[in-house]
Amino acid sequence: MRSWLFTLVCIAVGAITYAVMRGVHSEYLFVAGYVVLEFVVLATAWNILGGYCGYVNFGSAAFFALGAYTTIFFHKAYPLPIPLLIALSAVVSGIAGLGMGYLTLRLRGAFFSIATLALAVVLQTLVVNWDYVGGSRGAYVIRPQALSAFGLTIPYVEYLFLLMLALVVIAITTARLIERSRLGFGFATIRDDELAAEASGVPTLRLKLIATTLSGALMGMAGAPFPYYIGYLQPASAFGLEYAVNSIAMPMIGGTGSWIGPLVGALLLGTIQQVATVTISSAVNLLIVGLLLVAFVIIAPNGLVGFVTQRLRAREP
Amino acid sequence: MAEPLLQVDQVGKRFGGFVALDGINLAVAPGERLGLIGPNGSGKSTLVNCICGALHNESGSVRFDGQAIDGMAAHQRTILGLARSFQLPRPFHSLSVAENLHVPLLYAVRARFGSHLSAREINDHCIEYLRLVGLDAKAHKRPRDLTQVEMRKLELARAIAAEPKLLIADESMAGLSHSEVEDILKLLVRLNERGITIILIEHIMSAVMSFSQRLVVLVSGKKIADGDPAEVVRNPEVEKAYLG
Ligand SMILES: Nc1ncnc2c1ncn2[C@@H]1O[C@H](COP(=O)(O)OP(=O)(O)OP(=O)(O)O)[C@@H](O)[C@H]1O
Ligand SMILES: [Mg+2]
Repeated sequence: MRSWLFTLVCIAVGAITYAVMRGVHSEYLFVAGYVVLEFVVLATAWNILGGYCGYVNFGSAAFFALGAYTTIFFHKAYPLPIPLLIALSAVVSGIAGLGMGYLTLRLRGAFFSIATLALAVVLQTLVVNWDYVGGSRGAYVIRPQALSAFGLTIPYVEYLFLLMLALVVIAITTARLIERSRLGFGFATIRDDELAAEASGVPTLRLKLIATTLSGALMGMAGAPFPYYIGYLQPASAFGLEYAVNSIAMPMIGGTGSWIGPLVGALLLGTIQQVATVTISSAVNLLIVGLLLVAFVIIAPNGLVGFVTQRLRAREP
Repeated sequence: MAEPLLQVDQVGKRFGGFVALDGINLAVAPGERLGLIGPNGSGKSTLVNCICGALHNESGSVRFDGQAIDGMAAHQRTILGLARSFQLPRPFHSLSVAENLHVPLLYAVRARFGSHLSAREINDHCIEYLRLVGLDAKAHKRPRDLTQVEMRKLELARAIAAEPKLLIADESMAGLSHSEVEDILKLLVRLNERGITIILIEHIMSAVMSFSQRLVVLVSGKKIADGDPAEVVRNPEVEKAYLG
């Protein structure tokens, strides 16, 4: 499928999703849906570095938080509309991704992962001690009740949901574009064998920097509307463990080979966690994710998508 | 001799306290077919790694095609026209056999000639190289579905697909049958006739002798002989190194 056609299909699916959810007349659906979509963006972003290049980033929460804190910063300094804040967060988190790439350029495997975790801790410490953005106490963001535009008025949470839906479209089309480009080939060779990649002319260091930058920028975009969603942002919630864990677990459970995997994984796990939050308690969320992750690593190491395609291929004569 | 294509000057490499290469000098003329032999662990692959940028030599210098390439990243050397096959094949496992060859075509050849190569031409080149090594029927297989021998052919084909000026084949023939060795030799000679300079590292002496116009011998990281193959193998020092 052509890329522009694919983008159109994504937009159409998004529009239908929105129309159906409006039909249900439940604000809660948008509140929960926002979180699920946020995870779709995070999982897709993580997969660009983790799935395509094979570099496992433990620091997703830091990029997400950078996006959220970029919003807080401008909220105090110079209020801007959220779409602009998303663009600014992409720049800030993209630069952070580039920086992380530079600092960890020669690290592989577990060493790389530990370094990303360390960077996240450093960043959190900086934010906790930065009073302008609220420090450890956190910061309030007054969110309007509703948004009026073009003579229409919609509840603010629906507006946030729509923004996140747009980010999902951006993230997924970006991921798919990469997969089918020269860049995607290059990423795959990095994952398979960096020495052989270099010997074949692949500039592995430059490609890794592109991946960390793109991945970081998308994660920051996911975090930008978060302060408006939650209303009161604390470092502990922006740097929450659930972001780091979910953005790894969702692609692993869905499948890291293509853009579909993180989407499936995030929709599935995100929904399960939202249901568990209302029926049991949000405290069990990470437990569920952990158990599922263990199960998948053992039963279907290539994720749901890998599992299904393997089954289909096995049936062919 | 005309300006050499490859000039290795006093190259030294250590692993910890172990001296793997000890002041190697080597010049390879354009269009030459050079054989490189030596007992196991004599430093042949290490020399290849230093020439191609997989390892960095601590001393000495390497010039290729008129420019110093010390400190240059491996991929840049490949783009300049220096390709090697690995002694132990290192295919890209998640790509098909054909896609394995697309990588050097997309990254090395395209970078060298600008973006003039269309997707179709890349495909044509890829099929041509697969045919050269006899892997065209396996184009859509994954490397893990190949036999060890086919894997070696893929390794060689991927180096050829970088369309190099200098091709270094590091033991591409180990484990191959007699007729397969003949096939690969013929292929290398044909590539050489097209103007590609080739360094062949090989333990199969009959293959080295029939291929090489010049023979270089490494022993314990030192070059002990360099010259006409027939004379080199009669050199007492070489005989001693091989017979113990
Ligand atoms: N990365 C490394 N770290 C430590 N020692 C190494 C490394 N690579 C090679 N060596 C050592 O350097 C010496 C030369 O190895 P090299 O692979 O160059 O030999 P070779 O001539 O290619 O041998 P073979 O014919 O077995 O391929 C060996 O003793 C080897 O153990
Ligand atoms: Mg060797």
